[in-house]
Amino acid sequence: MTESTISAPRRGVPIWAQIIIWVFLVGLLAIVAAGLSRAQQGTVQPGQLIDNFTLPIYSGYEWDGKSEISIEELRGKVVVINFWASWCKPCEQEAAELQTAWKQYEPTGQVVFLGVDYVDTEPEARVYLKKFGITYSNGPDLATRISQYFRIKGVPETYFVDKNGVLQYVQIGPFTSIDQIRAQIDPLLK
Amino acid sequence: MIGSLRFTFYVLLLTLVVAGLWTGSASAQGPIPTDDEVNRIAKQLYCPVCESTPLDVCPTEACRQWRDLIRTMLAEGKNEEEIKQYFVEQYGVRVLNEPPNRLISYLVPAVAILIGAFMLFRGFQMWIKPSIMESNLEDAKREAKPFQDLYIAKLEEELKKRK
Repeated sequence: MTESTISAPRRGVPIWAQIIIWVFLVGLLAIVAAGLSRAQQGTVQPGQLIDNFTLPIYSGYEWDGKSEISIEELRGKVVVINFWASWCKPCEQEAAELQTAWKQYEPTGQVVFLGVDYVDTEPEARVYLKKFGITYSNGPDLATRISQYFRIKGVPETYFVDKNGVLQYVQIGPFTSIDQIRAQIDPLLK
Repeated sequence: MIGSLRFTFYVLLLTLVVAGLWTGSASAQGPIPTDDEVNRIAKQLYCPVCESTPLDVCPTEACRQWRDLIRTMLAEGKNEEEIKQYFVEQYGVRVLNEPPNRLISYLVPAVAILIGAFMLFRGFQMWIKPSIMESNLEDAKREAKPFQDLYIAKLEEELKKRK
């Protein structure tokens, strides 16, 4: 009889416990990987079809008499989605340009400007809108759902969506001239 | 004389009515909340645009606006829960310093801690087992010897019987 026959039996980790541990570890790694991948993705990329979302509108800034806009209702129009906030100083640099551009395109009925107010307070937002004489539709990004969908990195950011609902251009940071805005809209109207 | 008294009475009455209306409207609006009252709620909320900064100590313009909003809501008679609920609806659940009281908020960390503790326990057990086994090996051998001898004797006896 050899020595090995008298050694104490080794009890391993039960198979069910091993399965739980491995499932947990793999799940944890998957969550971390998804988070890292999302962080590196940046904003929604041009060429992507924009999913439907609904923007509630501040009273006095309704579009077509509606107090909320669904992006799907705007298919067939060029949509300019501008993320801003009243506490954002760079947003002030482009506010007048955006309003001027809106006044130019409004009569055509082919372009819709949407201001998405990112984590802001309504009284301050209204002061901002009044200060820059903004008249196009604006509303709050409730629970940051819209900005999370677009994966914005900050404000201001502007997204140009064509008539088919496909994102065509992303402007990170403020516009410096109205020509910059026109250069993105005009090709989408052809 | 009576006319003069009556006039004075009406003036006094009018003054009282106007004063009553004025104080009535002032009390309906409520007193202006103090910084402490605002900060008591602000410290339970986090700045939605800054990394891990409680609202009561956040120095940005945006945070000042949010503190003003809390002050306005308190003056309007809103309570703590209503204000926190408003912030969650507006800016998302991430503004809360504590997760919402849902079972999953506590279940997932609890399960993770239990699994971690179990893994550590098993790891330590496996780590110390070889040294204990080595020191006990000789004792085990010694203890096992008589049983071993008995077993061998019994086995040999059985074999003899078969022959």
